[in-house]
Amino acid sequence: MSADVAEAPTSFAFDAESEDEIARILAKYPPGRQASGVLPLLYVVQRQMRRQTGSAWVPRVAMDTVAARLGMAPIRVYEVATFYFMFNTQPVGKWHLQVCTTTPCWLRGSDEVVAACRKATGIHGWGETSEDGLFTMIEVECLGACVNAPILQVNDDFYEDLDAERTTALLEALRRDAPPKPGSMSGRLNSAPEGGPTTLTEVGGTMDAGAAE
Amino acid sequence: MLHDRDRIFTNLYGAHDWRLAGARARGDWDGTAAILARGREAIIEDMKASGLRGRGGAGFPTGMKWSFMPKQSDGRPAYLVINADESEPGTCKDRDIMRHDPHKLVEGALIASFAMGAHASYIYIRGEFYNEHLNLQAAIDEAYEAGLIGRNACGSGWDFDLYLHRGAGAYICGEETALLESLEGKKGMPRMKPPFPAAVGLYGCPTTVNNVESIAVAPTILRRGPAWFSALGRPKNAGTKIFCISGHVNKPCNVEEELGIPLRELIERYAGGVRGGWDNLLAVIPGGSSVPLLPKDICDTVLMDFDSLRDVKSGLGTAAVIVMDKSTDVIRAIARLAKFYKHESCGQCTPCREGTGWMMRVMNRMVEGRAEPEEIDVLEQVTRQVEGHTICALGDAAAWPIQGLIRHFRPVIEARIAEYKRRAGDPRPTYPMAAE
Repeated sequence: MSADVAEAPTSFAFDAESEDEIARILAKYPPGRQASGVLPLLYVVQRQMRRQTGSAWVPRVAMDTVAARLGMAPIRVYEVATFYFMFNTQPVGKWHLQVCTTTPCWLRGSDEVVAACRKATGIHGWGETSEDGLFTMIEVECLGACVNAPILQVNDDFYEDLDAERTTALLEALRRDAPPKPGSMSGRLNSAPEGGPTTLTEVGGTMDAGAAE
Repeated sequence: MLHDRDRIFTNLYGAHDWRLAGARARGDWDGTAAILARGREAIIEDMKASGLRGRGGAGFPTGMKWSFMPKQSDGRPAYLVINADESEPGTCKDRDIMRHDPHKLVEGALIASFAMGAHASYIYIRGEFYNEHLNLQAAIDEAYEAGLIGRNACGSGWDFDLYLHRGAGAYICGEETALLESLEGKKGMPRMKPPFPAAVGLYGCPTTVNNVESIAVAPTILRRGPAWFSALGRPKNAGTKIFCISGHVNKPCNVEEELGIPLRELIERYAGGVRGGWDNLLAVIPGGSSVPLLPKDICDTVLMDFDSLRDVKSGLGTAAVIVMDKSTDVIRAIARLAKFYKHESCGQCTPCREGTGWMMRVMNRMVEGRAEPEEIDVLEQVTRQVEGHTICALGDAAAWPIQGLIRHFRPVIEARIAEYKRRAGDPRPTYPMAAE
């Protein structure tokens, strides 16, 4: 875990924005069931760390803070934080590149996306951070946007329908701190086929449009 | 061919306003109070009569599942938990529902919860769907604001709360009991059944877990009547379904069609056909990564529904159609899935924890051809020892793709092994190596 991380803070306290979120989160669960808040609170930590340090991760000392807040044994929080893949137990770069390489993305050329990421960032191994600290790249399993494969998730956003050229352009934009609008990079409408929808063409704002058929 | 007037998800592609005003214009939240006024029993009877089978993969009749919930509370609250942990490789349908038609899900959650005596429902959405969760939360907030949910929902006299809960990147949490564990704040490790969630589920209370699509189609079914829905599709395979067509097609896309549509028609009419033409097709995984693949000769004629695909030893699963043309290294395609299951095994049951790693390592050698022909049978045997020997179905899901590969593409594996030996110039066996 994070104990051996040089940048690891020695203390952690929720800031006002996090406290607001926590109040909303804990209202969702019945009395005595506040442990249900553990995943949401770990997200709160990760987002606060991004706000405060520019790196979205969950230091161990913050897991202790979560445990104390929820009345859980610290070990229960540690095991949750390490069981799930979306909590970074080490610092990450400003742009967290999460490349999907599962079969549907692989069939559509995720190898090209990986190669373009490596070339543009100088990162070679999974989990590494670029020398300038801007990028961390990891391999992820299916992101659930397979008809828009291949996909690269950057922080919270999906960039879809990528190839080598589009990936390179995307990373260039990130480097300039100008992330493009997430979604399909081919310009198509979400999960509709390239060239425009072939169904739902009779449906406007109402259900009546198809009735004339 | 399905007409647009019979499509349920009329904003599948997000071409229109997904917020409350747009949803209402498309017919959502129309007469919801009147549906609730029919009463629990009548709603469940209509859902049974519609023939809807669960859209999460297993295909269990939805109305029957709802009927398992206790009719009289013993003092414990009841819960509806909606499985939005969409993670089966190839599948991206619930994502479109949540970001483009979220009010169908919110309205369905109210109706289904009412029918099961639940005053509260949780939607467990996969953590990666961050932007999708923002849309869905906005829809929930709008519904509260408009009095559609919350106290006296839709003026029906029924109090109903709906909460959104984000997962954090673990495929196993799509398994219903692992999802409940996760929602309770634990590692997502599946529970032994029985007791089933309808008896002991979330927080030890009666719980039903349903897929997003199953819940989101319910309001339309109840508005238009079970006879309308059951007239679509084929007997015992009723209704419409969102298909996700990915891989080597000219125009990958999602589309809502009738169950029972021929696979070839689905690909050619909606996804622009197989890259290089139908004769360039090698194989299709018809229902998400967990189901065995089908070679072209079966794809020529097979229909896309639960029973037709079961008859060819595959399955409809989530209706995620992954297409592979003749340029595909099919051994590598399946080896990558073996890696996926190894990565996602929760580690609780020995056959799965050890078996998924073992199968992945052997598959990786098969990709190179660095194996003995007899090992194909050994691999097949090991899949049989994993399948059916674990608490949840992840072990089965890891075994089936490999079984499908061996069933349909054994000669390809054998040729790869022979080629490796020829290149190595050494006929001596590569034994002993077990998995390594």
